[in-house]
Amino acid sequence: MADKHLDPDVLSALREVMEDEYPKLLDTFLADSEARLNRLHATEDTAQLIEAAHSLKGSSGNLGANRLAELCSQLEHNANSMPSQSIKKLIAEIDDEFAIVRPLYEAERQRSLTES
Amino acid sequence: MNTVQPLELLTILIAEDSAADRMLLASILRRQGHAVLTAANGAEAVDVFRELRPHLVLMDAMMPVMDGFEAARQIKALSGENLVPIIFLTSLSENEALARCLEVGGDDFLAKPYNQVILAAKIKAMDRLRRLQATVLQQRDQIARHHEYLLNEQRVAKAVFDKVAHSGCLNAAPNIRYLQSPYALFNGDLLLAAYTPAGDMHVLLGDFTGHGLPAAVGAMPLAEVFYGMTAKGYGVSETLREMNAKLKRILPVDMFCCAILLCLSFQRRSVEVWNGGMPDGYLHHIADGEREPLAARHLPLGVLSPESFDDRTEVHPMAIGDQVFLLSDGVVDTCNADDQLFGVERLQQVFAANRQPDAVFEEIKQALRDFGGESRDDVSMVEISLLEPAQISPPALMYSDSGQSCPLDWSVSFEFRAATLKRFNPLPYLLQLLLEVHGLRAQSGALYSVLAELYSNALEHGVLGLDSSLKRNASGFARYYQQRSVRLEALEDGYIRVNLQVAPRDEGGCLTIHVEDSGKGFDVVRVMERPLDDVRLSGRGISLIRQLGRNAQWTDNGRSARVEFFWKALA
Repeated sequence: MADKHLDPDVLSALREVMEDEYPKLLDTFLADSEARLNRLHATEDTAQLIEAAHSLKGSSGNLGANRLAELCSQLEHNANSMPSQSIKKLIAEIDDEFAIVRPLYEAERQRSLTES
Repeated sequence: MNTVQPLELLTILIAEDSAADRMLLASILRRQGHAVLTAANGAEAVDVFRELRPHLVLMDAMMPVMDGFEAARQIKALSGENLVPIIFLTSLSENEALARCLEVGGDDFLAKPYNQVILAAKIKAMDRLRRLQATVLQQRDQIARHHEYLLNEQRVAKAVFDKVAHSGCLNAAPNIRYLQSPYALFNGDLLLAAYTPAGDMHVLLGDFTGHGLPAAVGAMPLAEVFYGMTAKGYGVSETLREMNAKLKRILPVDMFCCAILLCLSFQRRSVEVWNGGMPDGYLHHIADGEREPLAARHLPLGVLSPESFDDRTEVHPMAIGDQVFLLSDGVVDTCNADDQLFGVERLQQVFAANRQPDAVFEEIKQALRDFGGESRDDVSMVEISLLEPAQISPPALMYSDSGQSCPLDWSVSFEFRAATLKRFNPLPYLLQLLLEVHGLRAQSGALYSVLAELYSNALEHGVLGLDSSLKRNASGFARYYQQRSVRLEALEDGYIRVNLQVAPRDEGGCLTIHVEDSGKGFDVVRVMERPLDDVRLSGRGISLIRQLGRNAQWTDNGRSARVEFFWKALA
């Protein structure tokens, strides 16, 4: 179940690359993502919507949040053609997915701190 | 995961607005050994680049304040000729956006999520490209510096060359017209002209094998010999011998000099020609329009050893207004697109069609253009006309000594015997000796002419027994000089004695030249009865001597000639 939301191979590669900075990377990602989610909610402008979705897609892809990246990609590519109803629904799905991965990242962060 | 060893520690700028991505990328690059600079938007990236000049840029396309496209464009402009590779970080999937990355100067892409191995490989490839560009620039600058250096060397060489192989009297003489492409020198073409002490004119058109400096270098000793020996009164044959020996000694085996050397005598109205390997020259007889070819009969200078060198010349009579035309092989060897040569026939067609003698150079050039020949920059042409002696004014000779040690009372006698007469020309020595006497310098031309006439009369009519009446017409003229060389070659006995006496007289002085020969003599009375003219081809020597010298007289049946020169007190 966890694999669908968070790719464990990506996480172990990140751990190796970042070494001591790994917890900080996870913190940064979570803070950054939260800021972008807030912008998704705040804006009515499609271009800004696409830009925020694009950025969130990029960083969540890098951090192994595959499902979150996939949902952001859908929003980025379809925002122009979707009715606002569907956009709202998609943003809600992104919220839900972030709510799922967030505790997973926090747990991962905790684990790495205790391991080191 | 293996880390890939970088070629060199690079400084890499990351421009990325997502903090997590930026952090991750920076960590990957540091682990690979690079120094990392970061920027959170395009404007920051441009500032950092301007200040710290990183080697390579990783650029996110979509960023606030200034996007990656604009930042890339500005960075490319700032980096000028140096290659600063820009790798776009993107998950862009639209072709249009990818194309935009390339348009603004992007060199590669890296897709998210990042793959360390691919990133390292791309950086390595870009670094190779960057170094290649740097090497190319460096080499280009080196070549440019080298080229500039060579050009400067050529300028210096040309300046030295121009001092040694100056154009002589080419530009001042009223009877010479020539055309030489400006860089002919560095194509080995050489055109020289100078007056002899007797007022004759020597002209040399040479063409060295090879191009560039090596060809020009050989021209310097040639020019020195030409000017040195011409000024001292040496004839065509001696000058050629010396040139050939010198070139043979100094030039490598595959280098030599095709040359045509001629002596135009305004007094005798004749031209003496030696052609070694040059295209035919032409003697244009104005009276009947005929163009007599002056063909190559010899190998070029610098090929044969001094022992086997052939200095035999041909002498042709000329009339006032007749012209000698010489050209380099740049004219006849010009090729057109079909690899055909312009050739001698086309040249002769131009001659045949010519109505305005002054326009012949231009007509030849036009014909070369019409022929569609690739323009060659080693085209040399020269045309020398025979004018009345009075129209020619050789410059006065320059002397550097003060005259305080001038010898004024002496005599000297020489006897030149058969073996010497065959090869040796004593005239330059005799003239040098006489010009130690300051009072004679003002009339050195006349002195030399008279001395030369006395000597050649003694040799040709006296010792060799040649009949001057042969020279009455053009074919006899050629036969005369043919016989002269045959008889000289076979000569076994005979002599010419020269006695010079210098004595002070009043405030000035007097020179007596006395020449005797071992020949049969001539009918002095009959020759003296002829009017003093200078038009006929034969017997001109005697009237020349009588006009230029004082108290000329022949005794002992013409075997003994005596002439005097006087000078007044020097100012």
